[in-house]
Amino acid sequence: MTMSELINNTKPFRFHTRLHLTQLTGLKASSLTQLLRYIRKIPGSCIYYHTHRFLQSHLYLSPEPPNDFAYWVTEILGEDTLGEMLASIDTVQFSTIRALREKIASTIKDYIKTNPIAKRRFAGKGDEFHFMKAKSFVVPTHYVANNLREFLDILKSVTIDSIYFHIFEARLRLNRQSNDFSYWIATTLGNKMVALEIEKLDPYTITLDGLRKKLIKIVRKGAKNTNG
Amino acid sequence: MAKLKEYIHIVGKPVIDDLRLIGEKLNGTTIQNINSTAVGGGVAEILSRMMPLFKELGVNTSWDFIKGGEEFFEVTKKFHNALHGLPRQIYKSDFDTFVKTSNANIEEIDIYGDVVFIHDPQPVALIRKRSGNKWIWRCHIDISNPNKRVWDFLKKFVQDYDASVFSSPIFSQKLSIKQFLVSPSIDPLSDKNVELSQSTIDRILNKYKIDRSRTIITQISRFDYLKDPLGVIEVYKMVKKRIDCQLILAGGGADDDPEGSKVLAEVRDRASKDPDIHILLLPQNNIEVNALQRASTVIIQKSIKEGFGLTVAEALWKAKPVVASNVGGIPLQIKHKYSGLLCNSIDGAAFAVKQLLNSPAYAKKLGENGREHIRNNFLLTRHLKEYMLIFLSLYHSGDVVYL
Repeated sequence: MTMSELINNTKPFRFHTRLHLTQLTGLKASSLTQLLRYIRKIPGSCIYYHTHRFLQSHLYLSPEPPNDFAYWVTEILGEDTLGEMLASIDTVQFSTIRALREKIASTIKDYIKTNPIAKRRFAGKGDEFHFMKAKSFVVPTHYVANNLREFLDILKSVTIDSIYFHIFEARLRLNRQSNDFSYWIATTLGNKMVALEIEKLDPYTITLDGLRKKLIKIVRKGAKNTNG
Repeated sequence: MAKLKEYIHIVGKPVIDDLRLIGEKLNGTTIQNINSTAVGGGVAEILSRMMPLFKELGVNTSWDFIKGGEEFFEVTKKFHNALHGLPRQIYKSDFDTFVKTSNANIEEIDIYGDVVFIHDPQPVALIRKRSGNKWIWRCHIDISNPNKRVWDFLKKFVQDYDASVFSSPIFSQKLSIKQFLVSPSIDPLSDKNVELSQSTIDRILNKYKIDRSRTIITQISRFDYLKDPLGVIEVYKMVKKRIDCQLILAGGGADDDPEGSKVLAEVRDRASKDPDIHILLLPQNNIEVNALQRASTVIIQKSIKEGFGLTVAEALWKAKPVVASNVGGIPLQIKHKYSGLLCNSIDGAAFAVKQLLNSPAYAKKLGENGREHIRNNFLLTRHLKEYMLIFLSLYHSGDVVYL
């Protein structure tokens, strides 16, 4: 079953949760050249994992390193400028992993070209970059919303994993144009304003707890204005 | 034993709801855990806490043990140290002993699980008894720099499993089978971690004649060279030159660790007649361990090698400032200068302990951050979830699974 089948625009919104397992690949890089080589050939689920992992494991910590590549390049290789360039890639503008992968790879490639000395930096033993990927399990929960008020109540108590799934996983990894919340609110409830406000959020620059609070604020306002 | 609903106030109801959702998907599947000991060490401790919760979730789980005499466990201890990268002479006779005992176990043990979950190298050869069911090998130790001869020998068995599980990415090996990352966990409701009253803590300190009014530095660990208790005494002596303090070295032993009494004797000898060094042998006395951790000013974990280091998670959960070696799974638990201090030497550990003792506000902040990090990532509920997902993954291929 695909997500588009799970969210049918004639039905209420059923919250799903997304649980993940981390899979190790046994691949590791100790230099920028190796990092680039693997970034080009590893599965898309690896790129997804390393650009989203920190959001979940440090959900309370802000500000936080936005992706593993930026963190490793800065903290281990000491390449602060490249780290900053990788950290500032606007993940939210990419709707496919392929495009995100290309952007990360070209950023590293261009940097090496203009800073060839960077190729000579190596991570010490134990500090290598270990490539991992996520195996995701999508499970329907018992939470179902028929209108914005019910949606609001559920947002307050559903797991962070569920919010994560509907905002991040649905739009990028599963190649959806929008996030699930905006899609349902626009197509089923016809509330394009609330849908657009949610769509405009940049979830990569706030903690997951912060994201929940922002969603609640937007939906509460929308529910008040539309009386339900 | 605690019930699932008792965890709600710690992790929230939705987390428990998720566990029930996944548990439903495993109804009718039997999980058979096998390891080498029922007591001592982190593996037995985690399993004993998990079993009743699996049952409550409707997952039919059992726990069996292999048999092994003194000779077998001496060999597996040698393997354990060699896998950790320590120099050990390995003889052909060691492999022969391992194979002989393994064959006896293969003969004797009843394999009935739909999923057979093997923990650590001691029972790894049981895979030879495979017959249509699913097998997982769970490696709890640091094999980032293993003795090649021992690892090549064990790898022949490991490659026949369906999947393997490691505690840290740096332990990952090039294998033809799937490898999952699952960190161990602590149980916030176990005797070792549950909240204690001040009177209970005081009673236990009085029992061991430890002065509550003075600084206490503690390492809780098995008496094992890899935990470097002698190094901890050196750290204490360096700190004591500047700051008055007491040292507690406390821990039990494991049935499969024959080296413990030798290490304990050396530690006692090195501590000699210092009345401020308290060496306590506490086999399975979890309330006392809990009280000692809670009474400590700073907790140290000066391991040379570490699979994961659950004692670090225990200390952080009690919001204690921790100084720990930058080895194995410890850096997963401590983000340096954010949720504790990492060190790479005796000198570094002594310096870090002095920093914390001289800056109590900083030490307090590190401890508080550490507690939240453990709440989010290293509690038993997360561990249960990941194990159940691994069991399910054996029946569902692909990167995204719709259940």
